[in-house]
Parts: sequence; C-alpha cells; structure tokens
Amino acid sequence: MEIPYAVKPRPDTGVYNAKLGMWLFLASEVMLFGGLFSAYILLRVGAPEGTWTQGLLDIRLGTINTVILAFSAVTTLLAWAACKVRDFGKFKMWHGLTILLALVFLGIKSYEYRDKFSHFQIRKADGTYVDGHIAGSKYVDAAGQEREIHHGFRGKTFTEGEKEFTLASVTLNGYEAETLKEINQPERGHKHEHKDITVPAAEIKKIGNYGPAHNTFTAIYFTMTGLHALHILGGVLVIAYFWGPGSKMWHTEPDRFTNRIEVSGLFWHFVDLVWIFLFPILYLT
Amino acid sequence: MDDLKPSDLGSYTRRCFYVFFAVICGTALMVAASLSPISSSGLRISLILVIAAVNATLVATFLMHIVTEKRFVLVVLAFTAIFFVALIGLSSYAQHDVPAIVAPR
Repeated sequence: MEIPYAVKPRPDTGVYNAKLGMWLFLASEVMLFGGLFSAYILLRVGAPEGTWTQGLLDIRLGTINTVILAFSAVTTLLAWAACKVRDFGKFKMWHGLTILLALVFLGIKSYEYRDKFSHFQIRKADGTYVDGHIAGSKYVDAAGQEREIHHGFRGKTFTEGEKEFTLASVTLNGYEAETLKEINQPERGHKHEHKDITVPAAEIKKIGNYGPAHNTFTAIYFTMTGLHALHILGGVLVIAYFWGPGSKMWHTEPDRFTNRIEVSGLFWHFVDLVWIFLFPILYLT
Repeated sequence: MDDLKPSDLGSYTRRCFYVFFAVICGTALMVAASLSPISSSGLRISLILVIAAVNATLVATFLMHIVTEKRFVLVVLAFTAIFFVALIGLSSYAQHDVPAIVAPR
C-alpha cells in the first residue's frame, strides 16, 4: 500500500504529511521543555537567599558546545540542500559531519557530568564547609588495616570479600567556607584558592557530590540537560540511520529521502533552539 | 524552500553561514554580558535573555525556514506560542499567588 502525501504536499495543509507531523511533535516538545523552564523559574525565584548555585558550570565548555551545536544545525541544513540539488556525495559529507559534531557535544557533556560527580561538598560537625574535587579517601577495617582510594569515595562503609572497611578520612582538593553562600554565590571575579584538605570521618556531618540530589540547582540542571542530551542522542541515531542503511532509499525514491532529511533537520534545529536557552540560564545567569 | 535549485546553492550556503556567524556573535555577546560589571543582576539577566531570544529567532526564521513556511504550519506554531506564553505567564503569576496570612484569634 502506498503511503499518501509522503512526497507531494497535501492540498489542504500545503505540506507533506511527515513535515506536518514533525511540526506537531515539535509543538508538543515546546510544551515539554516549557514546563521545565517554568519549573526552573519557580525554583530559582523561590530559592532562599544564598542557596541558588551560581558559577558552578564551566562557561568555556558551555560556549564550545553552543558553537558545536550551532555549526551542526548548519551542516544538517547543507545535507538537505545537497539532497535537493541531487549531490549525494555532499549529502554524505555534511551529514557525516553532523554526526561527528553531535558526538563531540555529547562527549563534552559527559565530561561535565563526570566533573560534577567527582566534585564533593562536606558539611562539618562545626557547621563549616569544605568544597572541592575528591583527591582521595581512607578506610580502615576492624583489624586496623588501612585502605586508600585515590580520587574516589566509596561511602561510609564498603565490603571487600569478608572485610568491612569504615571511612577514616576524606581529602578534597578545594577550599573551606564558613557559610553556604560563600560556595553557592561567590563574589564576581573571586576565585577560591584550592589546596588538599583532609577531613577526619568524625568531623563529617554530611558528604555528597554535586549529583542531581545535591540541591535544587543541580536537580534542575541534570533534568534539563539530561533530557536535552537524550534528544541529541535520539536525533543522532536517526541521522546516523539516514547516513548509513537508510540512505538506500536515495537510489529508489530520492524525493522522499530528501523529505526525510528535511524532517530530521527540523528536529535537529529544535534541539539547537532549546540549547540556545539552556546555555544562558544555566551557565551565564 | 521547496524549490532550491543548483544555481541557488551558493547563495543558500552563504546565508546559512551568515546565520551561524550571527549566532556565534550573539553567544559571544551573552558571555560578555554575563562577565560585564553591570551591577544590577536583573538587568544583566534580561540582557542575556534578549540576546538568546534573538539567536533563537534567527535559527527558527532562517534555518527552520519559518519565514517561508506554509500558513497551516504557522497557525500550529501560533497556537503553540500562545500556550507556551500562558504556561510561563501562569507560572510567573503563581509566585505572587501566596495565601494571605491571617493572625490567629
């Protein structure tokens, strides 16, 4: 059975069906991200004084990712234009470049995530804080045997074989702070001097990394960028399919294939649009 | 852009790169604004968001071809915009919708 209006536009809508379908899907996506953006606004405006984290994210990495995604939006468009003028070789080149750029974007995002999971904050029993990247942690078992974990933390206790190790101390490469505000909202232009600080387990009231459970900022940061990264991943899988096995259609139905590239390109531009707003609200404000 | 001809490809490619460079300039301006000594955080954030909106408009208008899109699609997008503005507007309004505290008798 032939699918109607896969190539020619429908007379009543003026566009072929897949394109209308994609626009309707993007409309629902606007509402999905709109809900998260409004949640961000409410969380940020409602955050008690000094608790909203600012300056945590690396602006340089965010800027590089913005440039990468903006360039990939151009390459996906040029891939479609190459299909339009029947240049399959150029299509392969531009679409291949889009895939490469998307993978670089995801690589940088993964690096940023990894950095947050190795960034710890300790609340000490005296109410002060130590903040920084994990340099190491020391554990001791019942027989007094020590075990050192370099650049890692394995919780308050962990078992290995039959031995149970208990946390003895944690070393962070960071700085000490009297209040949470000093960490979350440092004065503009101020950089904390970093050094190795070892905190004995007895002095630790609370310890945790900057994962989603750390505070409301990291929760909304991971939710929004994680959902966006899933969109990138989904998009790159579709683009890779059209670049690889799906490109067979070019030889039998080039117009329909060109429309597929246009529709996947629309999705890709939407992903770029979302990042255009995510970057300033999370990294710059 | 349904009728892109081989003779138009050069100018079309140039236009894509102009938009790309405009977005890069907008991004650089946003970063500069975030690092600028503007003391009012409200003004700084507004400035950054206005530049982001300009960047988004450029991408939507020229790269997503909204400028040449069919009327039916524009109607769908208009409804989306109305619902989006309502969603953000209601959320912002809700911040002020705090129950009045009544002193106990």
